[in-house]
Amino acid sequence: MNASASRLSLCLLITPFALWILLLVLLPHLQMLRVSFQVRESWDTISWGVQQYQNFFSESYYWRTFLRTGLMSLFTTFLTLIIAFPIAWYIAKLARGRAKGLLFFACLIPFWASELVRTYGWMILLRESGLFSTWLQYLGFADGPVEMLYNDVAVIIGLVYNGLLFMLVPLVTTLEGMDDNLVEAGYDLGGNHFTVLREVVVPWAMPGVVSGSIVVFMLTLGSYLTPILMGGKDSAWFTGQIFTQFITRFNWEQGAALGVLLLVLSSVMVWLGLRLTGQSLRKVMG
Amino acid sequence: MDSDLFCTDLIRRFGSHAAVDRVSLDVPAGTFFSILGPSGCGKTTLLRLLAGFDRPDEGDIHIRGQRMNEVPPNRRPVNMVFQHLALFPTMSVGDNIGYGLRRKKVPAAERSKRVARVLEQVGLPGLESRNPQQLSGGQRQRVALARCLVLEPTLLLLDEPLGALDLKLREQMKIELKHLQKAFGTTFVYITHDQSEAMVMSDQVAVMRNGQFDQVAPPETLYRAPETPFVADFVGDNNRLSGEVVGLQEGIAELLLASGERVSGKLAFPGLKVGQRANLFIRPESLMLTPAAATGYASLRASVTTTLFDGANSRVEAEASGQTLFARLPQDGSVGRVAPESAIDLSWNPQLATVFAEAGT
Amino acid sequence: MIRSVPRSSSFDGLYLTYLLVFFVYLSLPLLVTAAFAFNDASFPSLPWKGFTLDWYFAEGSGRTGLFHDDGLLSALWVSVIVAFWVTLISVALGCLNAILFERLEFRGKELLYVIMLLPLVIPGVILGVSILVFYSGMANDASSLWGIELDVFRPGLPLVVGGQVAFITTLCTLVIAARLRKFDRQLEEAALNLGATPVVAWFTVTLPWLLPSIFGAAAMAFLMSFENFNTTVMLTGSDTPLTVALFNRLREGSTPVLNAVAVLLMVGSAVLAVLVMGRSSESAR
Repeated sequence: MNASASRLSLCLLITPFALWILLLVLLPHLQMLRVSFQVRESWDTISWGVQQYQNFFSESYYWRTFLRTGLMSLFTTFLTLIIAFPIAWYIAKLARGRAKGLLFFACLIPFWASELVRTYGWMILLRESGLFSTWLQYLGFADGPVEMLYNDVAVIIGLVYNGLLFMLVPLVTTLEGMDDNLVEAGYDLGGNHFTVLREVVVPWAMPGVVSGSIVVFMLTLGSYLTPILMGGKDSAWFTGQIFTQFITRFNWEQGAALGVLLLVLSSVMVWLGLRLTGQSLRKVMG
Repeated sequence: MDSDLFCTDLIRRFGSHAAVDRVSLDVPAGTFFSILGPSGCGKTTLLRLLAGFDRPDEGDIHIRGQRMNEVPPNRRPVNMVFQHLALFPTMSVGDNIGYGLRRKKVPAAERSKRVARVLEQVGLPGLESRNPQQLSGGQRQRVALARCLVLEPTLLLLDEPLGALDLKLREQMKIELKHLQKAFGTTFVYITHDQSEAMVMSDQVAVMRNGQFDQVAPPETLYRAPETPFVADFVGDNNRLSGEVVGLQEGIAELLLASGERVSGKLAFPGLKVGQRANLFIRPESLMLTPAAATGYASLRASVTTTLFDGANSRVEAEASGQTLFARLPQDGSVGRVAPESAIDLSWNPQLATVFAEAGT
Repeated sequence: MIRSVPRSSSFDGLYLTYLLVFFVYLSLPLLVTAAFAFNDASFPSLPWKGFTLDWYFAEGSGRTGLFHDDGLLSALWVSVIVAFWVTLISVALGCLNAILFERLEFRGKELLYVIMLLPLVIPGVILGVSILVFYSGMANDASSLWGIELDVFRPGLPLVVGGQVAFITTLCTLVIAARLRKFDRQLEEAALNLGATPVVAWFTVTLPWLLPSIFGAAAMAFLMSFENFNTTVMLTGSDTPLTVALFNRLREGSTPVLNAVAVLLMVGSAVLAVLVMGRSSESAR
């Protein structure tokens, strides 16, 4: 291919890419950033300022929710990792042939239903008139209906459930890529279960752990349905506040500021995660 | 005889490095021509120039008298068997072979007839509907050949296609390729780093090094009369003894080794002077494990390091004058047991040894 | 730990129990949701009152089945239309992006690749909010400054499609690029060598190779679009897609009709997934 032809093909291919990324991702986010610094003085005068951000820090409701959302997302990510790792190990290393395919397939099934359906399923199970409550009464463990929905444990159960697939897939993929001989060599050279796990398996699985954790954290931090539906009225979730500002109060400036803060939080967490483990976004995502 | 491929002073540079440096070649119609060289010698670049995937910076490529420099790869009467065969995984064997005919707009009925015929010729009748992945390595090889031969090209280029096969199959395919070339009468240009492939199959072999041809000759000439130390070293097994020239007469040079012993061999080129450093090359099968049998024979005392049993190819590893030598160990009982660390006499006919001046002298 | 390393039987027992509990946890909500779609009671809870198909087919008599519920049916149709456009646009963009990043060399490629990945690390709500602010803000400004009504930029289906395309394109790009990366460039050269022009070589050799990934990406895009809530809810106008409509219903209180919709969604996704997997395993042979 000569130079002009390759330049032409570059132009033809980069134009749709640029349109997509500029019009749907970069420009909207820059505009959101701009709006977050607007202060509406009357219906048609606007000045610049950090009032929205001051509101965030002065109103404890905002920053408490922010902190709570971040911490619960971290905890959910950690819990998902702990729950998913043995399953991923079993699928990647212990199951053979048909069983392996079937187990992996079974892990995928819940994710053919949307988040809404999954959350709805948990509501049917956990609520006062739900299945668990009825069973407990039937078995004689409870005298009256038990409300298990609308608390933090319920929220975390739902969030972990939503995140599992996104943790399992990268874990299974990286673990499958590990040669069994590495583990055998670990034992052969005098390691025990714990040291082999710590020094051989975990370092090998690190890219999968990081990419799974990042995705799960992002999904949890940005989730809306599960915390709102399963957490009830008292359970504050940051995306819920953004939603309220935009849809209910129609206060775009405040909503944009909260949005920017959430974006900053997620970017910082992703960056920290990558830095601490020495991975790059390209390696982890692409 | 007409030449199918004729190139003059081809040069292809990458930056300041010339991967192909003033190569000229002339391949007569219907011959099997090999380009033999170590990896990185520029042979793949040369092949890509011939196929049209790359353009030479200087020089001309003529195929059957037609200048090809500006002709794109899809218009050249040249087909290629790729190193990893490049069989289309999304197509059946029949569709793979019919691909080129389709591009030539050959009608379907005619196409399937020709595909069936060529499959028969390569010994795979009736496999049209198979998927290439279902075939064995040797079968895939033949499909790749058939895919090119069905187009009846002027020239068939082969880029180390046997490299991926295991040893036994490779030996078989060497012979088979040679037969197929004879049967089809197509001109083959074959590149390889494996000297045995080149020797067994070719009518002519070009030994390539650093982008240039060292020697172009029939295999036997390359073996018996190498023109450069590189050819002597690269083609077939060879022993090298280095020393100082102390005597010259009737095309025979006498070398003084570090141990003080004197050995002799035929001069490759005239012009070597007494006092120069030189290398003597002697093939393992030319070394006799006896003291000099006739007058004028060279001989050398060596100590046995070990014996390497390999059937007909068994050898003795020995050390003489601080240099390692290999000698063929006949398995017909003519030589007694050779014990390690024992001393043996090695002798040879100087006409079978070749002496080159050491590079830089 | 692995098969060749001996494990105690109690460890094995514990491990298997854990697996069992895990899969119960995984399947229970879905099984329960599905079961109550067929319970002959007007509230999805125990006790079981017998099997019925009322929640699909009933009309009048106090019960309105899914197939007579105009609100849900029109929401379903809206979702199909949105998913169709999202699939079309995202897969097309994904193909072009894959070629851009796998085949061409240009300055700043690494940086652009990371930018291409960004939509994956932006929470869906934020993606929706930013598009809302940008386009609706633009429409508001155009209206108040010049009196021009840019209704396309008001919350509605075009914005919903845009918001979903923003992140689904990245996923499609990754799927198709992964396949293109495994493509052996020699195959294209072989096609040229056998007499094909570059364009013919692309359509006869490269595209057939990419097809399984294109189908996979399309199925994924369709499902993701159909199931998306977070981005969609911010951008939706008067025509609500199914997930948003379901959410609104759920807030009013749950009825077995919702379970019926859920079953329909699960079956639909399962059929799509099986079709794609069947195709890809067929082409892998």
